[in-house]
Amino acid sequence: MSEHFETHDHDVIVIGAGGAGLRAAIEASAAGVSVGLVCKSLLGKAHTVMAEGGVAAALSHVDPQDNWQTHFMDTMKGGSFLNHWRMAQLHAQEAPDRVRELEQWGALFDRTPDGRILQRAFGGHTWKRLAHVGDRTGLEMIRTLQDRGVHSGLDVYMECTVTRLLKDGDRIAGALAYWRESGRFVVFRAKAVVIATGGIGKSYRVTSNSWEYTGDGQALAYDAGAELIDMEFVQFHPTGMVWPPGVMGLLVTEGVRGEGGILRNSKGERFMWKYLPDARRHEYAENDAEAREWVEDAVAGRQGKSRRPPELSTRDNVARAIYTEVKEGRGSPHGGAFLDISYLPADRVKRKLPSMYHQFMELADVDITKTPMEVGPTTHYMMGGLRVDPDTAAATVPGLFAAGEAAAGMHGANRLGGNSLSDLLVFGRRAGAGASAYAKKQSAAPRVNDAEVEAETRALLAPFDRTAGESPYEVHRALQDVMDRLVGIFRVAGDLEAAIEQLRELEARAADVRVEGTRMFNPGWHLARDLKNMIVVSEAIARSALLRKESRGAHSRLDFPAPDPALGQVNHCVTRGASGMQVAATPLPQMPPELKAMFEAAKPAAKQEVAR
Amino acid sequence: MSGESGGREAVVRVFRGDASGGQEVEYRVPIEPGMVVLDAIHWIQSHRAPDLAVRWNCKAAKCGSCSAEVNGRPSLMCKTRMDHFAAGEAVSVRPMKTFPLIRDLVTDVSWNFEVNKRIAPFKPREGAEWKWQQSDIDRVQEFRKCIECFLCQDVCHVLRAHELKHRFAGPRFFVRVAALEMHPIDGEDRTKFLKETAGLGLCNITKCCTEVCPEGIHITDNAIIPLKERVVDRHYDFLRLIWNKLRGKPSDAI
Repeated sequence: MSEHFETHDHDVIVIGAGGAGLRAAIEASAAGVSVGLVCKSLLGKAHTVMAEGGVAAALSHVDPQDNWQTHFMDTMKGGSFLNHWRMAQLHAQEAPDRVRELEQWGALFDRTPDGRILQRAFGGHTWKRLAHVGDRTGLEMIRTLQDRGVHSGLDVYMECTVTRLLKDGDRIAGALAYWRESGRFVVFRAKAVVIATGGIGKSYRVTSNSWEYTGDGQALAYDAGAELIDMEFVQFHPTGMVWPPGVMGLLVTEGVRGEGGILRNSKGERFMWKYLPDARRHEYAENDAEAREWVEDAVAGRQGKSRRPPELSTRDNVARAIYTEVKEGRGSPHGGAFLDISYLPADRVKRKLPSMYHQFMELADVDITKTPMEVGPTTHYMMGGLRVDPDTAAATVPGLFAAGEAAAGMHGANRLGGNSLSDLLVFGRRAGAGASAYAKKQSAAPRVNDAEVEAETRALLAPFDRTAGESPYEVHRALQDVMDRLVGIFRVAGDLEAAIEQLRELEARAADVRVEGTRMFNPGWHLARDLKNMIVVSEAIARSALLRKESRGAHSRLDFPAPDPALGQVNHCVTRGASGMQVAATPLPQMPPELKAMFEAAKPAAKQEVAR
Repeated sequence: MSGESGGREAVVRVFRGDASGGQEVEYRVPIEPGMVVLDAIHWIQSHRAPDLAVRWNCKAAKCGSCSAEVNGRPSLMCKTRMDHFAAGEAVSVRPMKTFPLIRDLVTDVSWNFEVNKRIAPFKPREGAEWKWQQSDIDRVQEFRKCIECFLCQDVCHVLRAHELKHRFAGPRFFVRVAALEMHPIDGEDRTKFLKETAGLGLCNITKCCTEVCPEGIHITDNAIIPLKERVVDRHYDFLRLIWNKLRGKPSDAI
């Protein structure tokens, strides 16, 4: 037995302490099982803290016409109908309760004039739907969940990185991790494991993501035999900072556009007019005057008749538009587009977008109440991840569960802004419930395989023994360069094939890196392990993208610019095969007729709106 | 912005070492426009010292991970611009002094998490209506901007110089208690905790915490002083208050 390692026993281990992980841990703990929450950073620092704009839920406080059905349809349309219909349905139905629950746990959202939770507009949402706290909604959520969590009787293991899921035969038996501080190993024995590790942004150079986003959950699950789906769908957020170099990629919240921000090119043209897809043009304002009226109504807190500005198109569309404007020579001085909110009263901008105001003032010397920002696309969010059962969040390995960004299906080919915060609440809760219910049903604790633990620890320590070899930082830079150049917003077969080839070389280089120093809080050593995860998910992205010979949602192929109805009926499923990574098309779960009928019924209403 | 830098280098002296000792090590770092101290640390990590220990996450002043003492001032490294220092001026980067050193720029801040756990959580009043005006929560929202960088804890002399961690919760947690106490429908009373466990009386309002807060929270004026008044209202009679005032003691001194 691996007695010489520090060992902890729990019914459920949750990996990751962002919104999804915390919500899962709170739920599992409430169900009466023993819960361990393991996270790479300090508690409360996870990526959720960076979410700015809001949490989408059809509370109908500002626009009374809103309901779960419309939210569901918006989500499916935004995801180009590649979403798992059941996840989109559960999400739309349960999000309002999850937001109210946060309020009951102490969160303080901005208010409507009649004292209820205020909601703002966001891209792709028919109605004003995002509950928010200025532009720091994620911080409010994580702090609320964190404070709830620490009084829930769960054990938190901070700055502890999981490197392997352990199995007993087919089922999950726990996880192996190391303490970042000491570098010592720790074995978690558990009946169920919830993956809530977030995204993959660090495979790219220009990203809004932090160092933690190295695809750990996806890669660990892949190694353990789980299915990953939709890995070709990487969301490039349209508005990241482009200047100065140190902050390139840093997120500029969609809230700026939700509050009325206008995108222009170097010729001063409001270019989003020409990029609106014909099928949805009727949902947007006819001209500048109508868009302005919409903003004025929003500022005054009244519901008017005007339709929303073109900047509130879906993220995939706005990102491609900015990219195209820059590519065709109409970019801003530093290779982006201008985003202008300075025409609104300065005090309103500072009140509704305080952290944007400070971010630009302090990091770029730009006063956004006086001058436009420069923005461009940045790698932001992974729609793909573990295939899960919508109701229980169970992955395809017994005992393994997933929620939040690491899980797939909810957002299909493109995520709407605001749907990630609601996603992590709805499915975090469901994963906690699913994992605890599963754990309760297991009569005997699974057995940890000593040989598996020994082999993993040996592999982890190997880079210390090498006297030659590259620095992991060098290999990381090379990986980011490959992904930025060859697997970015616009893709083409030749590039993707080249990327797969180069990823194979990078895999070999990563296996040979040398680490200097000791095991005590050594970021170089940590990166050496994280690199392997990043390479696995990068390969999954490139291979899935190569197979999807169409353009849909966030996945744009220059050699296949149109959607292919046949490919709209399949997910691409990545598994670990005997001879390496396998990608296969699997049929998309079919929406039941009563939900399908909603889309048919909605069509005439859309026409009426145009006529109005 | 100081404009394009064209091949300029900065001298950055980073503390390297652990609990057994250490010293500042000098690195020369190429300067890019708009560069912040954390960029310089990352450059050193990826080109000179791959094992340089540092905490960071968002690099956007939203998570409060990269706290350090830059030229002696408690700062977020991601928010401290290199061009704020004079050309040729060496920039010293050291770990927060108030917390036990782990390695290089990383300190053991776990004590803060222990203190947080002792604060009674939000408890809504029975039958309260979940409706309130924006103006009712502006103040609490100011407190909830806190990103837990612990720079206020680092600079506070009660913790830093007098090392009274066992008797004093520190500014961060007075802000947290203030947010709970001023929540429109919270029904818990934390004044006994403030007085007896959190040592609120030890704060003599020097406002150092407010000065270093990267979120600009008015810690002393908006959180600590109103809490002191609340404790006084609950725990001291009028005559005693006068007596303390006459003797020039803080109003809630024991």
